[in-house]
Amino acid sequence: MAKITYREALNQAMCNEMERDDRVFLMGEEVAEYNGAYKVSQGMLEKFGPRRVIDTPITELGFAGLGVGASMAGLRPIIEFMTWNFAILAMDQIVNAAAKMKYMTGGQYSCPMVFRGAGGAAARVSSQHSQALENWYANIPGLKVVMPSNPADAKGLLASSIRDNDTVIFIENEINYGDVAEVPEGEYIVPLGKADVKRAGRDVTLVAHSRMTGYALAAAEELAKQGIDAEVIDPRTIRPLDEATILASVAKTNRAVVIEEGWRFAGIGAEISARIMEKAFDDLDAPVVRVTGKDVPMPYAANLETLALPSVAEIVEAARTVCNRN
Amino acid sequence: MLRRVNYSIILTHLPAPKVASFSRVQEYETYPFASQSLLDPALSDFRAQVLKNKGFYHIKIIRKMITIICHWLLRECSYGIIRRLSFPNGGAMVAKKKQVKAKGLTHEGRDYSAESLHKMHDMMLYIRRFEEKAGQMYGLKKIGGFCHLCNGQEAICVGMEEAAESTDYMMTSYRDHGHILARGSDPTAVMAELLGRAGGVVGGKGGSMHMFDAEKNFAGGNGIVGEQVPIGIGFGFASKYRDDKRVSITIMGDGGINQGAVYESFNMAALWKLPVVFVIENNQYAMGTSISRASAETHLFKRGISFKVPGMQVDGMDVLEVERKTSEALEHARSGEGPIIVEMMTYRYRGHSMSDPATYRTRDEVDEWRSGRDPIARLQKQMVDAGLTTEDAFKQKDREIKKEVAAVAKAAEAQSEPDPSVLWKDVISDEIPGAYPYPGQVG
Repeated sequence: MAKITYREALNQAMCNEMERDDRVFLMGEEVAEYNGAYKVSQGMLEKFGPRRVIDTPITELGFAGLGVGASMAGLRPIIEFMTWNFAILAMDQIVNAAAKMKYMTGGQYSCPMVFRGAGGAAARVSSQHSQALENWYANIPGLKVVMPSNPADAKGLLASSIRDNDTVIFIENEINYGDVAEVPEGEYIVPLGKADVKRAGRDVTLVAHSRMTGYALAAAEELAKQGIDAEVIDPRTIRPLDEATILASVAKTNRAVVIEEGWRFAGIGAEISARIMEKAFDDLDAPVVRVTGKDVPMPYAANLETLALPSVAEIVEAARTVCNRN
Repeated sequence: MLRRVNYSIILTHLPAPKVASFSRVQEYETYPFASQSLLDPALSDFRAQVLKNKGFYHIKIIRKMITIICHWLLRECSYGIIRRLSFPNGGAMVAKKKQVKAKGLTHEGRDYSAESLHKMHDMMLYIRRFEEKAGQMYGLKKIGGFCHLCNGQEAICVGMEEAAESTDYMMTSYRDHGHILARGSDPTAVMAELLGRAGGVVGGKGGSMHMFDAEKNFAGGNGIVGEQVPIGIGFGFASKYRDDKRVSITIMGDGGINQGAVYESFNMAALWKLPVVFVIENNQYAMGTSISRASAETHLFKRGISFKVPGMQVDGMDVLEVERKTSEALEHARSGEGPIIVEMMTYRYRGHSMSDPATYRTRDEVDEWRSGRDPIARLQKQMVDAGLTTEDAFKQKDREIKKEVAAVAKAAEAQSEPDPSVLWKDVISDEIPGAYPYPGQVG
């Protein structure tokens, strides 16, 4: 297995899928001649030509809608948002068109397409370019929400998302693009809706997705030093959620901490902890604790930005709390 | 090519129409990009020359006159050939007249067969009576929610459909009953959808605003004003991607035209020369706001200027005009020249929706359109004047259509409501068993 970056893994997935299916095309801002704002689509224009790798004007609502129409007409668009912050401009097409098309047309039309791009908090870009909004999309029937936390998952999940017959919201992490890890070569598939146990443990379950998976793993190492054996679960697909893997873990550890970068109110952690309470109440030895981003827009100053985000220390603290170590 | 030059900025007057509507499909197959080759090449050269000097208004007039004369000559010649073939003995004037009668009538140099005229008339009348029935059913509380009728706008639905190929894509906003009926969808399914029945065109999931028929290439039925416009260019994109020469007929209203998404779409469609005909049904009112209160530029066909999308204004109360101009627009889009805007001037006789008493306009204004410019009455008069039929025959036809519509409503009403199990159907295509939530497992 070769060691490659998260962005190269995404690139491989798109190239493989475009080679096997002519209906797949990539469209977005700076995806072609510029090779992608984050270089995810490096070399794809050269490989596939301007028919299938298409630079757009800065017109998110327009090209999101174009993708919706093209998918209804039988193509398989990959629509890249430079970041998910800009996708807010395209919400009507994502929420009112793509998500509802299959249902609203009695199954006659569907929108098999991927909206993808960088999400989550970036570094030092203040409020409008640093936010985790996956809970918006996860709330909507008709959408699937996928968030890989490492290069191998990035490749396997993106391939699955492109092949999936529904609209997939594929949220990459801007900070993770340069992460390097071993990734299987050639065709590699990670099924949607399957969580992954990133670290096995007996004492406490840490559920974390995207960049927070890395934080949870770091916290688990710290907890191990303190004699707490943490299990780390990465749902990978936020919707539909593999609750069985989470519940099985809680049945074993009897304690859970849910971590997310986004805001606490009506967040992903709220959903997961509610599911644990509803379905594994008798397994719990302590109330589920959430570690989330602070309930403020992201500030620019380095110290404030650090304060606004969840930290490894906070996760360690939360795990100690549910384990009655505080 | 002449047409390519002439479309440079704004198109208010398109070049002369093709010879006859019935041969359109064949022409397209033979000359996908060059219908002008049907004309005398020498004439084309002359017109191209004239266009080089397009600042001279009088030359434009001469050009137009020559075009009209040429078409008249072409038509007369072809009739002459038919006459000679049919009546080798030289024929007689009587025979010629009969021949013309059998062919229907000619409008702006374009021939319409009696069959196609009857077809267009009957469909317009069918839509009118269908909408009246829908209004009645709404009044009886059998139709729920929003219900937007298109009375007065039937010529657009029918004329466009007459011009389009069945493989062309079409999508519109929520005022969609007329369009889906004109596309040829089953009226009982359309009425059943209004009534929220199992046999509705989308199984009772959409109602009045969300009529779709994928088999007829009718993509809605979209409820958010202007939403269908980016989707429409997506269909155009797919057509260009596959090079299958299908045009996306993307319909919006004089309200929708003010949405930002429309201009994003104009830009991309023009930039990539997507085969899209943008149709603006200008019925003068966006809900209760008149066009002059909502639009700084009320000539909506000019809204594409900044994007180099040519436009033309059409009398949307004249089905033959709608057919003729839509044909030209479709040809433009199909030939690879990119998008074009067709502004259809029309009027809705009813309020915006069933709950709208339309107090924002005067009765006189409504009457003026209704009695003076009604598209059905207009075509009836043209057909009677041409000796194709009689007023009595139309009255008889109207009685038949009313009966048909009543039967359709009855059949639709007799259907059962959707089975409760379909509540969970068609949310997604690829379910992932065990993952939460998937249909039927919520809670």
